[in-house]
This record gives sequence, C-alpha cells and structure tokens, in this order.
Amino acid sequence: MADTPKPAEIAKIDHYPSPFEKGWMNKQVEIKPGVYCYASKPKNLEYVGMPYPREWNPADEDWKLPENWKEIIEEGFKDRLDKYRSFKLFMDICVRCGACADKCHFFIGSGDPKNMPVQRAELLRSVYRKNHTIGGKILGPFAGARELTEDVLKEWWYYLYQCTECRRCSVFCPYGIDTAEITIIGRELTNLLGLNIDWIAAPVANCYRTGNHLGIQPHAYKDMMDFFTDEIEDITGIRMEQDFNRKGAEILFITPSGDVFADPGTFTCMGYMMLFHYLKEQGLDITWSTYASEGGNFGFFTSHEMAKRLNAKMYAEAKRLGVKWILGGECGHMWRVLNQYMDTFNGPPDSLEEPVSPITGTKFENAKTTKMVHLVEFTADLMKHNKLKLDPSRNDHLKVTFHDSCNTARGMGFLEEPRYVIKNVCNNFYEMPPETIRELTFCCGSGSGLNAGENMELRMRGGLPRANAVKHVHEKHGVNMLSCICAIDRAVLTSLMEYWVPEVEVTGVHEMVANALVFDGEKKRTTDLRGEPLPGMEDEEDV
Amino acid sequence: MSIDKILAEKRSKIIKKWRNAIIKSYPEDGQGFLKREKSQFANPVGLTISTEIETLYDEIIKGENTEKISSCLDSIIRIRAVQDFKPSRAVAFVLQLKQIIRDELGSGHSDKMRILDNRIDEIALLAFDVYSACRQKISEIRVKEVKNQVGKLLERANLISEIPEQRPAL
Ligand code: SF4
Ligand code: SF4
Repeated sequence: MADTPKPAEIAKIDHYPSPFEKGWMNKQVEIKPGVYCYASKPKNLEYVGMPYPREWNPADEDWKLPENWKEIIEEGFKDRLDKYRSFKLFMDICVRCGACADKCHFFIGSGDPKNMPVQRAELLRSVYRKNHTIGGKILGPFAGARELTEDVLKEWWYYLYQCTECRRCSVFCPYGIDTAEITIIGRELTNLLGLNIDWIAAPVANCYRTGNHLGIQPHAYKDMMDFFTDEIEDITGIRMEQDFNRKGAEILFITPSGDVFADPGTFTCMGYMMLFHYLKEQGLDITWSTYASEGGNFGFFTSHEMAKRLNAKMYAEAKRLGVKWILGGECGHMWRVLNQYMDTFNGPPDSLEEPVSPITGTKFENAKTTKMVHLVEFTADLMKHNKLKLDPSRNDHLKVTFHDSCNTARGMGFLEEPRYVIKNVCNNFYEMPPETIRELTFCCGSGSGLNAGENMELRMRGGLPRANAVKHVHEKHGVNMLSCICAIDRAVLTSLMEYWVPEVEVTGVHEMVANALVFDGEKKRTTDLRGEPLPGMEDEEDV
Repeated sequence: MSIDKILAEKRSKIIKKWRNAIIKSYPEDGQGFLKREKSQFANPVGLTISTEIETLYDEIIKGENTEKISSCLDSIIRIRAVQDFKPSRAVAFVLQLKQIIRDELGSGHSDKMRILDNRIDEIALLAFDVYSACRQKISEIRVKEVKNQVGKLLERANLISEIPEQRPAL
C-alpha cells in the first residue's frame, strides 16, 4: 500500500500520448519575416474568382477575416472529409509513432518541432478531433483536440506554407500517410478565406489570362525564342528555327515558362530546340504553343479545382492544333499533375492518340491514357536506339551529380531515365549518398509555390539537407555541376548553391544533351551553350 | 596542474557541455533530434555543430590559426543565420564557452584565464563578421533572383534599352 501513489501525484502524471507534443497546443505562433510569404493581392484573387479578395498582411494582428470564417472552414473541412476518403483516413489512422518526425527537410534544417510532419498534420488533426470525434468532443485537449480559433488558423497558415508537399515523410510512414496531401487540403481551406500567398496567386491569375506564370504574351514568347535561335547559330553555325502554333503537327511540346525566361533554364530550353532540330530530318514533326506556354501549374498549390482549370488548356490546345500527342519538358510539379491528376481532371482526351516515337517506333504505353510523354523518357529511348550522335567529351569540364526532384522521383517513380541520359552525354557522373537521392531525395526547399524571395531564410534552411549532400560530393569528387529535371529547381538550386556550396552550378539535363549532340555541317564548337570554352578550346579565338 | 593540461584533459567534457549549451538554444522538442548522432546527411545541423566545435575548441586553445577558426565559425553560423535566431543569439555560443571553461577550471589560473577570455572575445567579434557576411549573402541572393526573373526578360525582349558601355560616335 505504501507504494501506491497519492491522487495528487497521479494527477501530475503526463498522459499526453507523445513526448514531442508537450505543450505545443498552447504556444501562440509568431509569424516571422524571412519565413512567411507576402499575402495574395486582391486583384489576383479577383481575376480567377477566388473568395474574399482584400489587402491583408500576415504580420498584422488583424487578418480581416470574414465574420463567419469559422463556419466556412468547418464546412469546408467537412466537405473534404466526405469527398476525399484518403483525407479522412489520414486524419484517423496516425498512431504518432514518430517515424516521419525527423524526415522533413524543414525540420532537419530548422530544428522547429512544428515542422515535424506529424506535427504539421496535427495542426488540422487537432481541430478534426474536436469537431468530428466523440473523444475529442468530450475530452477536448486530453484527447489531443482543440478549438479552431484565430490563433489556430494563423498557425495553420504559417506552417502549411512551410511544407513543400514533397512527400518525403510519406515514404517513412508505416501507414502510408501522406502529409503532403494534408497540406494540400489545408491550403485549400485557407483559400476559402482568401488566405493565399501572392507568389502562388499571381502566377495562377497570369496563367489563366495569358497561359503562363509571368504573364508573357505570345509575341514576347516568340521574341525570346528568336533570341535563342541567334545564340544557337553563334555557337553551332546552324539556324535552328522552331515552329509555333502550327496546326496539323504530330506533336505539341509544352514546357514550364521558366525555361524560356529564367537562367539557367534558358540553356535547357536551347537544348530542347537543338534536339528538335536535330530530329527534324529523322521525321520529328513538332510545334510549340504560345498559348499553352506553361507546363507548370500553380493552381495545384491553391485547390484541386484551380489545378484542373489551369490544366485544361493542355488538351484544349492539343485539340485546337490537331496534334496526335503531347511531349512535355523538364519540370517537377507539372509532371506530378500530369501523372497523378490530369487523367481524372480533364481526360481522356478523345482527339489524341497513344504516343509513338516517330523516330524509334517505341510505343509509350505508360502514357496510353494521358497521351503525354516526358521528354527525358523520349530522349532516353532515342539513345537506347542509337539515334543520336553524341560526343560526351564536350562535357568533360563538368563533374556532374543529379538531384531527383521530389515530384518526378516520388510523384511518378521517374528514377532511371534521367541517369541513363546523363551518363550518355557526360563522362563524369557522381551520385550523392543513397539516403539523399531517388525516392529518398531531399527537397530543394522551395517547391509548391514557396520559391518567393521574401522567405529566403526558410528556403535556405529547407534546402540545407540537399545542399549538404551536394557539398559532400563536391568535396569528395570535385563535383561542380548539379543537374536536375525541374524548372523551379534550376532557379532555386542556383540560389541554394550560392549560399551553401558556391563552387557548384546548376543545369538541366537537355542542356548537357545539346552540348554533346553532334550535328552534320556544324562549325567547330568552341564553347558550350553558356559561352564557356569547351575542354581544350580555352585558347580558341572566338571564345 | 597547468591550465593547458587541464584544458586538454577536460577537452571532451568541455566540448560536450558546450555542444549541449548550443543545442539548448533550439526549441525544446527538437533538441533530442539534434543531439542524436545520426549520419551527417540525416542530421546535418547537429553533426555540423558537434564536429565544428571540436576543431574550434582546439584552435581556440592553440590560438594560432585564424583561418581555421573562421571556417569553423562559418559552418555553424551559416546555419544559424537562416534559423529563427536574433543576431545576438546566433553568435552567443562563442561567449558561452567562457563560463563553461571557468566552471571546469575552478578558481585560480586567473592570468591564463584572462588570456583565454580575450581570445574568446576576439573570436566573438569574428563571429559577428561571419554572421554579417551570411546575411549579406542572403540579401544578394534575393536581389539576384529578382533581377534574373525580370531584368533579363525585359532586356531580351527589347523592352528596355540601357546606356551602352561606350558612347556611339557622333
Ligand atoms: S509515420 Fe505515419 S503514423 Fe507515424 S507519426 Fe508519422 S504520420 Fe503518424
Ligand atoms: S511533405 Fe515534405 S515538406 Fe511537407 S511535411 Fe512531409 S517532408 Fe515536410
């Protein structure tokens, strides 16, 4: 009897289910500069008919919420529980084992426990318990449930826009809970109150109006491509004109607009152009579009409906031009949408046919329903069939490693093709450590619309695990080039490298392909696409 | 016992205390993870802190190689400069070493301790330089990104015309 604890002592025992959740519920969130992105501007929400457009500032106390904001969220929450079985399941089945806790790059880089995936999901889950479970309704905080208040909403917003929807955590969860999907739904809910970030809202509005994120009009798009044509001519001596909006072409090519307007993606774009020109003689009949001028889809970071709306233009333009199938450039989230959603969003496209490579005759059976093929896969197939004359020594000044973009690696299992292509065009390739690549790849830290400038500190810490692995191969093998197949990566990894490993540059895969591609009748190449001297050509005159 | 001998003998104890003090600056619920000796890829922050302060400690005691000291400081502060720390908190760990050493030495050794104090003060100033350089870099990156996103576009689309390097002859 003497050992039996007294009631007062029992009351002190902590019954809280998981050690890493101690006290988290009661701490009020502090919205910090360098971490949060600026609020969506009203004009961008208005343009696409999103609710509650207004000027507001995340750093202000008053977010100017509509009076019935709580009802709107609770209603929206309920709708989505009914609509998405996976969401309901993810709310219910987490056992808080902690396996995902230390797998998120934002937690690893920041040490902020609220960036543990389980905690991020708990933001929504705690409110779910309060409203939708008996235990939560009765026991409240003792069952891990909490009331939805303005502070809770602010915390949602702050941490939902600190998740890049990369899915790394889901790989480690024994139940397959995908926190990225929870973030996606959570962001949908914030959008019901007009609480988006402008870095997402502006591209969405632009894309809806002009067809691409930057709001580039057709003539400017064409101007840029003409500029590249001149550049390519300077380097190779061959004029490689492209076709635009050409009706009756066999294939439509769609790529992220970042390739056309932002370095170093521009060099990748030149790579596409050169490859297409090279294949013309072998029967490639392809056109670009100045309307479907964006492969990316920031609607995907807003809501399922918005993603669907913006995605629709791909099939619409394919139909208008009367092409047989679509080829897609090097992009990350574009491919996640195409691979996971397009079929149900806007498919099946009756006007299109099952893609067949006009050069090799290969049937892309994996694209049977979507009718859209990844360019890297297309190129890998060309290489497999020896259709390209390549001189990989032209890339000998590069020591290359490859960053698997979360979306292509975990979102579509696209792992071997890029490596196959890279190894065909360069002699020095080094993998980063196994726990940082392929399906375990570390995110760039800037995906899912978080590639703004004002949140640079967040991006740098989120990208730290990736940069740390690059640094390792840089120190061990002298790696000086980080390759990737994503337009956002090309832009953001450049900044990431500048901060963490400044000796390493960033490239798309097709830039290296084009460097190695040997054209009949080309002039002696002395530089690569960036105008840097090729190995052994350092003393040539026109360098 | 001479102070050098004590500092050598208590090396691992002091470093451990120092590491714990640094990790304490992070939110409580994340500290356990940072302490875990995982691979350098699973826990780059924790591992960087552990390895760099070892070298830093040895160099501080020797007090010779400023370059090495700077490089250690850079590795740690580059991380802290983008985490949730005020500038003072990001570099405070350097000064924390003073008290940790003093606690281990006990009383006496005041002359030697004064030298060490001065040295640590110097390094704290160095840390401030490193921190500023990191923050400067962040601003540069921000500016560069904006320029790259918009400036090039305007220039290439012939929408702006900059003053040429050389004036055309009249
Ligand atoms: S790994 Fe899965 S079950 Fe375990 S805490 Fe994370 S989400 Fe929950
Ligand atoms: S999806 Fe990625 S960013 Fe989001 S919680 Fe999981 S690991 Fe972190």
